[in-house]
Amino acid sequence: MRRVLLIGATSAIAQEVGRLYAARQSHLYLVGRTAEKLEAVAADCRVRGAVIVGVSVWDARWWEKATELIEQARQALGMLEVVLIAHGNLPRQDELWHAPQQMVEQFHVNATSVIALLSALVPVMEQQRRGVIGVISSVAGERGRAQMAVYGAGKAAVTAFCAGVRGYLHPFGVRVITIKPGYVDTPMTAHLPKNFLFASPQRVARRIYQALEKGYPDILYVPWWWRFIMAGVRLIPEPLFKRIRI
Amino acid sequence: MRRHEYLSWGRYPRQRPSAVWYLWWRSERLPPTPPGMTLLPRGYGRSYGDCCLNEGGILVDATGLNRWIEFNAEEGVLRCEAGISLADILTVILPRGYFLPVTPGTKWVSLGGALANDVHGKNHHRVGSFGCFVRAFELLRSTGERYVCTPTQHGELFRATIGGLGLTGLITWVELQLRSVETAWMRVEVVPFGHVRDFFRLSQESDREWEYTVAWIDVTAGGRQLGRGVFWRGNHARCEEAPPYPPREPRRMNVPCDAPSWLLNPWSARWLNRFYYWLQKRRSGVAVVPYDRFFYPLDAVSRWNRLYGRRGFVQYQCVLPPTTAEDALEEMVERIARTSVTALLGVVKRFGEVPSPGILSFPRPGTTLAVDFAIEGERTWRLLDELDGVVRRAGGALYPAKDARMSPEMFAISFPRWRTFCAYCDPNFSSSFWRRVTAGLL
Repeated sequence: MRRVLLIGATSAIAQEVGRLYAARQSHLYLVGRTAEKLEAVAADCRVRGAVIVGVSVWDARWWEKATELIEQARQALGMLEVVLIAHGNLPRQDELWHAPQQMVEQFHVNATSVIALLSALVPVMEQQRRGVIGVISSVAGERGRAQMAVYGAGKAAVTAFCAGVRGYLHPFGVRVITIKPGYVDTPMTAHLPKNFLFASPQRVARRIYQALEKGYPDILYVPWWWRFIMAGVRLIPEPLFKRIRI
Repeated sequence: MRRHEYLSWGRYPRQRPSAVWYLWWRSERLPPTPPGMTLLPRGYGRSYGDCCLNEGGILVDATGLNRWIEFNAEEGVLRCEAGISLADILTVILPRGYFLPVTPGTKWVSLGGALANDVHGKNHHRVGSFGCFVRAFELLRSTGERYVCTPTQHGELFRATIGGLGLTGLITWVELQLRSVETAWMRVEVVPFGHVRDFFRLSQESDREWEYTVAWIDVTAGGRQLGRGVFWRGNHARCEEAPPYPPREPRRMNVPCDAPSWLLNPWSARWLNRFYYWLQKRRSGVAVVPYDRFFYPLDAVSRWNRLYGRRGFVQYQCVLPPTTAEDALEEMVERIARTSVTALLGVVKRFGEVPSPGILSFPRPGTTLAVDFAIEGERTWRLLDELDGVVRRAGGALYPAKDARMSPEMFAISFPRWRTFCAYCDPNFSSSFWRRVTAGLL
């Protein structure tokens, strides 16, 4: 049994992680944007063995209210043993180039909200002196690309902030895992053409679950070979990189 | 299988959809259908032929609908979204003392797919087909309407959708009656037999005492050993018969890529059949085995369909009425054994009298034969046409879920009520199979 807080619980990856925890009769607190979907996920986890201690409808644009959310979850669960921050949005970048306001809003959804949540978690975790936080960032955060400019920027911010929080919480015995999935076959990527790089959410979730349970590695690439792909991508000199459309 | 390949299990014909639409939530709507386009719901693509293909149309991938909705542990009734796999269902229900009322030979099929093909299992002679245990389901039509169908509410739509090959709309969730079991183990007896005629004798004497019966026959052996094989009969093991712990998760092998097409040829098929017969003969007797090994032996090798290579394969499955079954089955096996084709995995089973609920349901009283054939051009097609002739004379029928080649006439003979079914089809739904078997008839 584990006490697990899932933020973005209706995302395909978080759902699968929730199922893995449900199979061992964990207590779950689910946070998502749509009440209807959240209810479907809660029912699924319940049948699979979980105890749903709470469900919150929460939108990443309400990031000022992150502290209340974390406090609610902490009270319902009694303690935050495992936290997974899995929400995010992949906008169609080409529609954003001439919509500066929406561009910034997308950054808030992917980055500011995560920073707000982590900041709200820090005092709680510091006091608990145990627990693990998984944050789903992305390989897209490693290098800015025209196709994913604001998404990549958001994920880069998340990756960097996670590293900071990891360092701060390390002496308190709290683990922070930056999860960097590649392409995953989920609703978020439904509009992208599928190719051999896509992994199933089940596979990604199993890896995340293992990492959360073990508390390492600090930076998790899923599938593992993305580490090497991104190492290669980082080596491409910018004068060349700006000319290629990937 | 890679999800985005969207071929059928036999990987023949190699037809692609023009688009794939993903469904992730049961509250979502279907995609709008442009004029001239059609939709077809799609699960895990375990149908052998083309009834899960929609060439040039839109496949609606429903494997995202894989959630549980409710499980009533007192009555053993589940309600799940239609894209959940039977494997997934088993992991939840087995520890609570329940099992699927009817299960096909693989557990990697979707719940909706099992309903839409009205699948049968080794216990058909006792309990009937999968559709007999469906209590209710919700059907989403291309107009956006939703119907909750039960045997009494929208009864005709209920009977059209069971075995309806996904053509009446998209099934969003299913309510199914389960059966209770004491353990996850099976008590199984293996009985080798020397001639196809012995199968009928064994079936007769076993069907009353054994809940699950099925036979494998060597379709490459001729002469005095024509249709020699192995008869399996099993019951769910009771507590005192089984080990006190659940079976371990079986290890799975994987076929990582296409085997070269020459690997399975008439010669190697003959030897494989021979070897398998020898192996099973040594195993004859009673044993208690994990349920996986009894129900899903082929699931031990994932993607085994790649062994046939790029050319793919077809499975030929027919049912022969009780009065003509003995002679017709012998004639079919003889014709297969005489021809130089790559034939593997002949499976025979006697169906019982329980009527199937669907208008287009395949299971009906008689004996069913299923054989896998590698696609080797003309000689394969010629043999299958000959077999069609035997089935037709015997008054039998072919199984759409396995088919990639039956003629419109053969379909009409197999399913005399197909015109009644047409009235319940969703006008925006179609499949490669449906267009093929209704060509020139609609």
